[in-house]
Amino acid sequence: MMYLRQWALGALLVLFPVPAVTDELQDIRQQIDALQQEYEARIRALEERLNTAEQEAAAARSQAEEAERTAAAVAAAPAPAAQQEKANTFNPAVSLILQGSLNSYSQDPEDYALPGFQLGGEAGLPAEGLTLDETELVVSATVDQLFYGRFTLGLHDDEGETEVEVEEAFVDTLAMPAGTALRFGRFYSDIGYLNRVHSHAWDFRDQPLVYRAMLGEQYTDDGLQFNWVAPTDIFLRLGGEAYRGSRFPGGEASETLGNVQTLFAKLGGDVGSSHSWQAGLSQMWVDSVDRSSGHGHGHEDEEGGDAFTGDSDLTIADFVWKWSPNGNPTERNLILQGEYFYRREDGTDMFTEEGDSALLDYDGRQQGLYAQLVYQFMPRWRAGIRYDWLDADNDLAIIDVGGLDPDEVLEETAFNSDGHSPSRWSLMADWSPSEFSRLRLQYNRDKSRPVADNQWTLQYIMSLGAHGAHEF
Amino acid sequence: MKTRSGLLMGLCLLLAGQVVQAQVKVFACEPEWAALAGEIGGEQIKAYSATTGLQDVHHIEARPSLIARLRQADLLVCTGAGLESGWLPVLQRRANNPRVQTGSPGYMEMASYVNLLDRPALVDRAAGDVHAGGNPHIQLDPRNFIVIAKALAQRFTEIDPQHTKDYESGLASFLERWQAALARWDAQAQPLQGMPIVVHHSSWPYLSRWLGLQRVATLEPKPGVPPSSAHLSKLLGQLQNNPAAVIIRSPYQSARPAEWLSERAEIPAMELPSTVGGNDAANDLFGLFDDIVQQLLSVAP
Repeated sequence: MMYLRQWALGALLVLFPVPAVTDELQDIRQQIDALQQEYEARIRALEERLNTAEQEAAAARSQAEEAERTAAAVAAAPAPAAQQEKANTFNPAVSLILQGSLNSYSQDPEDYALPGFQLGGEAGLPAEGLTLDETELVVSATVDQLFYGRFTLGLHDDEGETEVEVEEAFVDTLAMPAGTALRFGRFYSDIGYLNRVHSHAWDFRDQPLVYRAMLGEQYTDDGLQFNWVAPTDIFLRLGGEAYRGSRFPGGEASETLGNVQTLFAKLGGDVGSSHSWQAGLSQMWVDSVDRSSGHGHGHEDEEGGDAFTGDSDLTIADFVWKWSPNGNPTERNLILQGEYFYRREDGTDMFTEEGDSALLDYDGRQQGLYAQLVYQFMPRWRAGIRYDWLDADNDLAIIDVGGLDPDEVLEETAFNSDGHSPSRWSLMADWSPSEFSRLRLQYNRDKSRPVADNQWTLQYIMSLGAHGAHEF
Repeated sequence: MKTRSGLLMGLCLLLAGQVVQAQVKVFACEPEWAALAGEIGGEQIKAYSATTGLQDVHHIEARPSLIARLRQADLLVCTGAGLESGWLPVLQRRANNPRVQTGSPGYMEMASYVNLLDRPALVDRAAGDVHAGGNPHIQLDPRNFIVIAKALAQRFTEIDPQHTKDYESGLASFLERWQAALARWDAQAQPLQGMPIVVHHSSWPYLSRWLGLQRVATLEPKPGVPPSSAHLSKLLGQLQNNPAAVIIRSPYQSARPAEWLSERAEIPAMELPSTVGGNDAANDLFGLFDDIVQQLLSVAP
């Protein structure tokens, strides 16, 4: 542009050599020279600035490298992960448990029964063939500085229909003083050892018979729990619960709270760094009104069955011992565990068949236990053995036969054990490619009924998403 | 009279008990933080380590004894970055102790004071035991302890302001000795620059960065997935072409994969303490790095 202008001026001067304009032209030329100098100066200045900037950048870079070399990770700033705040930052932890199994029985699973015991809650056998077992959706998070909440939804098929059940929906306090805490909502009771353990964390495919017979597999209900942890080096936890009592082994609750009450104590500790143990003692008082057999997966005559009204008191002693070399369970570990149940029931049984009802006086002394050993003999592989035993000593007397045949009533009520003590041997082996998946093969020689049932199960358990830490 | 003096004695004993109780109780998830707390807090604190140097901190049972200890703690000091996510949340919920809940003054995650290495671009369980926040084994770069020590001393003074002077002098004394040790280790470790190493698990990136070691292979095909024979055979082929100086594993990892490879590739296998208590020499933080440097020097080219 500048050159163009000079050329144009030069041409003008050549074409019009008029002396009168020479002075003027010189003025113009001087102005142009001044302009040119000014531009050049500006460009030089810019170039200099660029240079210094580059030098500064290089210096900063080497300084940064220096800093990295000497101080390395020692930057006091929090990790960048903590700085990003997305809309989902505060989303709760979500996990989904997929479970299914392939089952085979030598006896009809629809006729499953535990003579002497009323099957309630979820008690029963999974369907034969390939079935989807319970699918669990768990959502949990700290609510704020005071509360923690968890929600567990269980989905399972029952005779072709999908049943949705809120298994847990509870809130824990986090900031109560002096080692105390409250839990409220719906939750698995802390009685016994296995009652609060979710099915995906069981060491066998099924619950011990004592749980199936006396707690309908697992007792969960709407209630309130208070517990206290002692400020001692040995672990001591004491607690009590009050429930609405509208779920097995509760009946049809008439009160709003307190039909089921519990007290429990847990004691635990370590022996060296390789052994740890926990022992517990629990008591449960149930005030039952019309406790009927549940919607279990076994055969249930909708119109008939037993309805118990009265007191049912259960005592549980539990013990678990875990071993792992130096406290590293990943390679090898061993779990020895057992529980003993004793139950007293006193009240009446309304036995119904085809619209007619008989009333019986029922007084039961029942007990049972299981003992199991699970050994992880190499990474990912475990094997286990379990023994179950139950015994019912029930006194039954007809108060009002109500048009039924008295002999038939005494024969057909679930409380008639017929002198049979249910027992079961179980063997299992499972393989866990990671913490999040498990495949299991289990064999039961099940003498729940007088005739032995050979049960085979191939089971899968997959957990997707956040995986909550497991309790001891 | 006798009974009264007895009572007085009892009272004195009780008071003495109270004085002992006034110590700040520290529950450290790992031995290195218990050791650091001891260096800074001295007599004013009582540190308990939930794990030992022989344990894999990724996989710890939420044992009753740990709940009982956390119940009494004034300060919980852990690595964080997901290292303890398999057990610590249960302890926090079950201990009924509001002082150590996440976000309370009595809760400290050391990983938040340093920049983490190996932050994965892709977070997927198919990639093994990945830590979304980055590699949590920060205790293996001694330089990280400088900023962490300062943060810990600061936290002690917040929790127990009466003994601010003690914590300040504890920190100053530790930093002075630590800087001197750092200079010594740096000088000793010169021959280790660029030394190629094979590791069992990716626990050592911070050590590698500090000493300039070069990790050329990992025995675990994916983090947390046990070494498979197929993977080891592949590594053997690789190492026969490009040998490494040493195969490193932590005390809690199975010796077999490292020994298998060591025999065939003719590379020494070494058990390095990954924290305090990892072996007899690593009896404190200084001993830990002394031993690591000495052991590595024994195989330096």
